[in-house]
Amino acid sequence: MMEILAVLGLPLMGGVLLALWGHRSRAPELNVLVSLGTFAASILLAVKILLTGPMIALDEQFFVDSFNVFLVVLTAFVSFTTAMFSRPYMRNERILSSLSNYQIRLYHSMYQVFCFTMLLALTTNNLGILWVAMEGATLATVLLVSLYRTRESLEAAWKYFILCGVGIAQALFGTILIYFAAEKVLGAGGTALLWTHLNAAKGFLEPTVLSIAFVFLLIGYGTKVGLVPLHSWLPDAHAEGPTPVSAVLSGLLLNVALYAVVRCKILVEGALHNRFADDLMMGFGLLSVLTAAFLLWRQKDIKRLFGYSSIEHMGLITFSFGIGANFAGLLHMTVHSLTKSAIFFAVGHAVQRSGTKTMDSIRGLIQSPAIGWGLMLGALAILGMPPFGVFTSEFLILTHAMQSHPWTTPVLLLALGVAFAAIFGKVQSMVWGESTGENLPHPPASLPILLHLSLVLLLGLYIPPHLAKWYHEAARLIG
Amino acid sequence: MNAFGIFTQLLQLLLTVLLAPLLLGWVNQCRAWLQNRKGAGIEQPYRKLRKLFYKDAVIANNASPLFRMVPYILFGSMCLAAAIVPSLATDLSFSAAADAIALVGIFALARIFISLAAMDIGTAFGGMGARREMLVGFLAEPALLMVLFTASLISHSTSLTETVETLAHRHFEIYPSMAFAAIAFLMVLLAENARIPVDNPASHLELTMIHEAMILEYSARHLALIEWASSIKLFAYVSIGIALFVPWGIAQASDWLGIAFALPILIAKLLAGGFGLALIETVMAKQRIFRAPEFMGTAFLFGVLGMLVHFLLGA
Amino acid sequence: MSISSQFINLLASILLLLAFAMLSQRRIKSLIRLFMVQGMTLVVSTIVIAVTTNQSHLYSSALLTFALKVVILPLILYRLIKRLNVEWDVETLLNIPSTMLVGIAIVIVSFNLALPISHLAGTITRSTIGIAMACVLLSLLMMITRSKAISQVIGFLSMENSLFFAATSTTYGMPMVVELGVALDVLVGVLILGVFFFQIREKFESLDLKHLEKAEGE
Repeated sequence: MMEILAVLGLPLMGGVLLALWGHRSRAPELNVLVSLGTFAASILLAVKILLTGPMIALDEQFFVDSFNVFLVVLTAFVSFTTAMFSRPYMRNERILSSLSNYQIRLYHSMYQVFCFTMLLALTTNNLGILWVAMEGATLATVLLVSLYRTRESLEAAWKYFILCGVGIAQALFGTILIYFAAEKVLGAGGTALLWTHLNAAKGFLEPTVLSIAFVFLLIGYGTKVGLVPLHSWLPDAHAEGPTPVSAVLSGLLLNVALYAVVRCKILVEGALHNRFADDLMMGFGLLSVLTAAFLLWRQKDIKRLFGYSSIEHMGLITFSFGIGANFAGLLHMTVHSLTKSAIFFAVGHAVQRSGTKTMDSIRGLIQSPAIGWGLMLGALAILGMPPFGVFTSEFLILTHAMQSHPWTTPVLLLALGVAFAAIFGKVQSMVWGESTGENLPHPPASLPILLHLSLVLLLGLYIPPHLAKWYHEAARLIG
Repeated sequence: MNAFGIFTQLLQLLLTVLLAPLLLGWVNQCRAWLQNRKGAGIEQPYRKLRKLFYKDAVIANNASPLFRMVPYILFGSMCLAAAIVPSLATDLSFSAAADAIALVGIFALARIFISLAAMDIGTAFGGMGARREMLVGFLAEPALLMVLFTASLISHSTSLTETVETLAHRHFEIYPSMAFAAIAFLMVLLAENARIPVDNPASHLELTMIHEAMILEYSARHLALIEWASSIKLFAYVSIGIALFVPWGIAQASDWLGIAFALPILIAKLLAGGFGLALIETVMAKQRIFRAPEFMGTAFLFGVLGMLVHFLLGA
Repeated sequence: MSISSQFINLLASILLLLAFAMLSQRRIKSLIRLFMVQGMTLVVSTIVIAVTTNQSHLYSSALLTFALKVVILPLILYRLIKRLNVEWDVETLLNIPSTMLVGIAIVIVSFNLALPISHLAGTITRSTIGIAMACVLLSLLMMITRSKAISQVIGFLSMENSLFFAATSTTYGMPMVVELGVALDVLVGVLILGVFFFQIREKFESLDLKHLEKAEGE
């Protein structure tokens, strides 16, 4: 109860405070401090859930079980490390891109508001509030993406807003349909949108309505996950916003959107008793992995490259939930968001150093070891090289696919191979060679990169039994 | 076939033929008032008909017999159409012979003949007018059919009289599908009777005219018959509109008293309808001829929507 | 069928009609007016449902709709087009008759989808869900076929209206918390977009989004 309030209240308060003082010289530290507080509160929440089991709080409006508490901790952790990264990054940006006080204030405030909406989406028990929070997250990130006010960033933000706005409207329709089905079982009023009530009564919900509802929900939240063919906003938004925003978009927002899909899938599966929802997720996932892998080849912009890589990995996670490899899916969610945000930290500094996002012009990043090694190791990790954690999760997904749907294995292997060749070749030439950049006014943030990559390495070598138990528990909840 | 049926049929036919120019006169008069003009008076169409009947007919040298026959065919088919539409009573002896689809067919027949006659002389205007008329007609017909089908779906019969019976004398219900049909019908009415967004009855501008271009070569009694036929057509269309969308007051079978009431009610409705028509023509602007397909397409769309809504809502 | 449910059906049909009218409308000013009428139709339908079913929370939601969609949003939009000096949206990406035909296809598809659902509904307004779905998809179509930023936003708002109609007519409205949240999101969204318009025009010297397509995009 108190923990939930702290988890949600701290970023909201931070958002308000930073809206007032976000341009001061100490604002980045305040940003880090608020995120640290949120992270601490989320740890407390997780400990409580692990000790006492799922909890429902505040007039049943909030519900936390081991599935979402793990995402809460992950979200709070990555937003904390990203805040650490954004401290030197934004100081450099302020000098390099001449951002005004107003823009800096907007950035800090919206960063915290964005964290708040994601945490709200994760902890709420009400499907309606979940929708509201997701839409709020869209609005906050639209402002973040358009921060630089260049033509490209405006275009990206517009595309992002319109596509996600349309998508999320479909999700609202799906939510209405679920409410419509639930109302007959649970009666009118507030409880018919509460996930816990719906979950208890899911066997009695009307299957036809729920199957149509799931299609709308998958399209809606799937747009935010970045599933092909609704992905076209994702690379633009990643490329044009400030890099910390790209990191949290890839590392967190996509996860949260997928969380919404999975929550709805649990309900639909309970009502339908068939593989309809699974097959849909499998199909969209597979399509995304394959399309994104091939599109990686054509990228010239470093941030777009990793944007497409995110589409590929979100497709892989969606696929793994579709085939029932829940454990592997959750693990991949974790390692992907840790690795991808680490990569974006490195990429952000690399772009600042070279003054361009075009990969052909970026050379010799190894001059600054934190950036060069960070990018190199991060890329190797995301490509699934052992001993990093991504290897473990991809291996688990592949073996699971081989058992349940053997025909998908060659497709996945092909996609992973193509992606490997595309990314590795490009990253290698950027890291080595004659340096073109100059040193940054503020030293790059190496601690977050190091922290993330060592965590990913740890998960690849050894998953602590507590954590494994936790994953198993969450996987069991997904069904 | 009872005596009452024959009586109402004859009465209605006579009234229609005689009152039709009056309706046209009323519409023109209303337009004049709305445009702050004095107007020629509502009896002006009669004067014009009389003038034309007194004149000697001039016919082009190369005109075929078809050219002479067409005015009579036109007048006859419009009278037939007016006889089918229940404007006064639903007990019409002709109604068994022709249903709503046949009604559309009769209008099509008239259109084909007038287009043939227009091309008969071989002048440029005649051919152009015929082409435009066919363009409008080929788009308006399906729309009109859709409207009639929507009404038929409600009454489960394509017979106009039965439809009106059902709509007028059943327990009151709101039919959203009929709202769509009404809009579609209004658009068809404007297009088919050469009214303003599609054609301008008062203009002889070659760029825009449709109906007038076809009858340029006619004179005297032939022209009089054609003008009379078009006023009957307008009357018939307004009657269809009344019958489908505001059918209350039309007399039922063997109801002598009903007829006595039906007549003033009909006249009141016609007056209101004519005024509405004049209002529409005043506030709307003439569209370019190339917009006509779009206009008629929209009418068709509304007709289809009406049917779809009927299937979904069951009303 | 009771008279009130017939009335709701009529209002639903009017909404469908308005969706088509918006699709065929070329002037932005008329588009905003249509949006206002749409909002008003929603208010009326909400009140009718509230009266028939004695759901008191629907009154407040009708009030909310009135304030937001009939007064505030049109006002904001009017001021925007006045200050931006854009009243016409001549260019549609697909000509209007073809758009209409696609619209008809959409209506058929959504009616077909909704038929099984509407047979299940126990509410007085069971058939409206198909119309609501059709309106949502028609607004989507409008967003796709328009090139001006403002028309896209109006399409977005009208989609939101249709969703709201789906919620009130099929389920007697979502819980109040959710409705407030949705309203807040919409309002904030429009305000953000309003700021956006000025930035877009400043950078591109036009509100025509075709200029936005030059950047590389997949």
